[in-house]
Amino acid sequence: MLNKQKYKHGFVTNIPAEKFTKGLSEELISRISNRKEEPEWMLELRLKAYRHWLTLKEPKWADLKYPPINYQDIHYYSTPITEKQKKKSIEEVDPELLKTFERLGIPLNEQKRLAGVAVDVVFDSVSLGTTHQDALEKSGVIFCSISSAIKKYPDLVKKYFGSVVPYKDNFFACLNAAVFTDGSFCFIPKGVRCPLDLSTYFRINEKDTGQFERTLIVAEESSYVNYLEGCTAPMRDSHQLHAAVVELVALDHAEIRYSTVQNWYPGNEQGQGGIYNFVTKRGKCLGKHSRISWTQVEAGAAITWKYPSCILQGDHSSGAFYSVALTHDKMQADTGTNMIHIGKNTKSTIISKGISTDDSVNSYRGQVKILPQAKGARNFSQCDSMLAGKNSAANTYPLMEIQNKTAVVEHEATTSRINEDQLFYLKSRGLDTESAISLLVNGFCHQVFKKLPLEFSVEAVKLIEMKLENSIA
Amino acid sequence: MLKIQNLYAQTEGHSILKGINLEIKAGEIHAIMGPNGCGKSTLAKVIAGHPEYEISQGKILYEKNFDYQDISKWTPEERAKEGLFMAFQYPVEVPGVSNLNLLKASFNSICKHQEVPEMEEEDFISLVKKKTEMVGLPFSFLDRSVNEDFSGGEKKRNEILQMAVLSPRLAVLDETDSGLDVDSMTIIAQALNNLKSKQNAFLLITHYNRLLNHIKPDFVHIMKDGKIQKSGDHQLANELEEKGYTGLV
Repeated sequence: MLNKQKYKHGFVTNIPAEKFTKGLSEELISRISNRKEEPEWMLELRLKAYRHWLTLKEPKWADLKYPPINYQDIHYYSTPITEKQKKKSIEEVDPELLKTFERLGIPLNEQKRLAGVAVDVVFDSVSLGTTHQDALEKSGVIFCSISSAIKKYPDLVKKYFGSVVPYKDNFFACLNAAVFTDGSFCFIPKGVRCPLDLSTYFRINEKDTGQFERTLIVAEESSYVNYLEGCTAPMRDSHQLHAAVVELVALDHAEIRYSTVQNWYPGNEQGQGGIYNFVTKRGKCLGKHSRISWTQVEAGAAITWKYPSCILQGDHSSGAFYSVALTHDKMQADTGTNMIHIGKNTKSTIISKGISTDDSVNSYRGQVKILPQAKGARNFSQCDSMLAGKNSAANTYPLMEIQNKTAVVEHEATTSRINEDQLFYLKSRGLDTESAISLLVNGFCHQVFKKLPLEFSVEAVKLIEMKLENSIA
Repeated sequence: MLKIQNLYAQTEGHSILKGINLEIKAGEIHAIMGPNGCGKSTLAKVIAGHPEYEISQGKILYEKNFDYQDISKWTPEERAKEGLFMAFQYPVEVPGVSNLNLLKASFNSICKHQEVPEMEEEDFISLVKKKTEMVGLPFSFLDRSVNEDFSGGEKKRNEILQMAVLSPRLAVLDETDSGLDVDSMTIIAQALNNLKSKQNAFLLITHYNRLLNHIKPDFVHIMKDGKIQKSGDHQLANELEEKGYTGLV
């Protein structure tokens, strides 16, 4: 067995924090809303969601085993004390925090920051700031924290917030609507091709703190945006909850490409600690010829419960889901997508690659639904699983509900083990075991990796290689 | 370059190689011929280090800087890095990995081991292109996934392409001629003749002497029941053609 390399982003930033007392109540929600200086309507929405949430039960249909979550034992709000007042510029942020993000590969100061990407950084419950805002403003693009957007662009937020994932959608989305803290807001006006890639980096730092990310991206007619999301957390013995909601809206001829490299702390070999990642991500192709694609590399978190989906409402709209999910040790992932065809000639593509090693469980769960009015709908799904551990498991749950005869739906699925013949072939070409495995796995994931923006794809390849090196002898 | 001494090998309790002796010197071409199931492909795999076979007796001595070492415990990659190459009878598909990427990874791994500086990307690509032409394949072939959806002939040519790029000291070609049409056979034979030098050696494993009409072996060995029964010069292959295995051994 190779030496287990520790999770690379598991350090803690030592910075004094202000945390709201543990527990969930109307009072807490008012306190969050108040701290964020929200308008009355937002608080009302939160409370409505909370009251509804109290009537809901945690969903149990996924292939996930975990002890009950005590929702009263979580800090719902935590901010570094130095960032209680939002800074005018990201450069004024506490140097300790700047150092943290630099260490995570996200330099924020003007000289070092990434040129082609505007970044919003969210630390526990607060957005610390957003780079390149001036440049974006010139082209009319709004990219800021959701908290600022609620105050500065209430009409836009009111119009779209909850329009794709209503608070009643599911247990975790409902909880998020009640207690969400920060996330990003992106608005690409009509006809604008966003001049920079937009990116949000989520970092959990404080112990026993949950993170409730809320992101909303709206692309107006004929606009285009490429959005990237990354996330990490320190290594801690206890589990932490990340319950996010991401909503995308694409109007006529607009295109949103949303990519994630999810690298939350997965817990240790015994399954202690790690993030519980319960996420609702959904995009609505509202306009005709609109396009939304979800590309995800799920390489972290103790539990992943995540189904980035598309509602294909506009005629000729198309949705795509490209996913690589890697699980190791005691990780559990239940992930997939939901493609709902409503408009005519709508098209969806699903490519899912699951790799399970050690004792982990990796499930694909997907639904393709073609409604009666969705004439000429097409779907292609391909779900491949690779097993690399004696005790690992891979499951595939594809569901198809087709209510229109003109639909063309294709589904392919394979399950394989890392193949001895392939290994011998590559080794006989001079590659050692690790290089051979990483070549095989990269080949296995190639269809998804090529959909990622270049810098993300390089990172994803490295991440998967590192994780596999630890898991496969 | 290679001395196989009294080699016995088995898999899953069946003994397949039963006392092989063979010596190959630099600059030589050897051919091993034999009926189905005589163990000739096993010999190729055992030389390459296939984990399925267990060596129960004997040695595989491989010369490195005039010093012979027993490589029978070496991993396949250690052997490859020291200049051993096997062209597979059934090349394996590696989906999603382009031919070029595999060539690059192999080439760099071997260079690193032999402490030769890696080639510049451009130089490497032009080297690969030259070799691709030599085996009569289009450059677009380099972007295709390794052996995936290749015809039988393409798979065999690809093995020779890899060999041409990696320039091994000792190449073991396991039934490279099987399943080839006449044109592919000619191209592969020409490529092999091009690759031959005084410094390297080939071990051709084959059923027929079709390939041997194009590449003239210095030695021909007839194998049966896990043993080399008879050795001779290239005339032996012709004799075999006339008399068949049963008539000869």
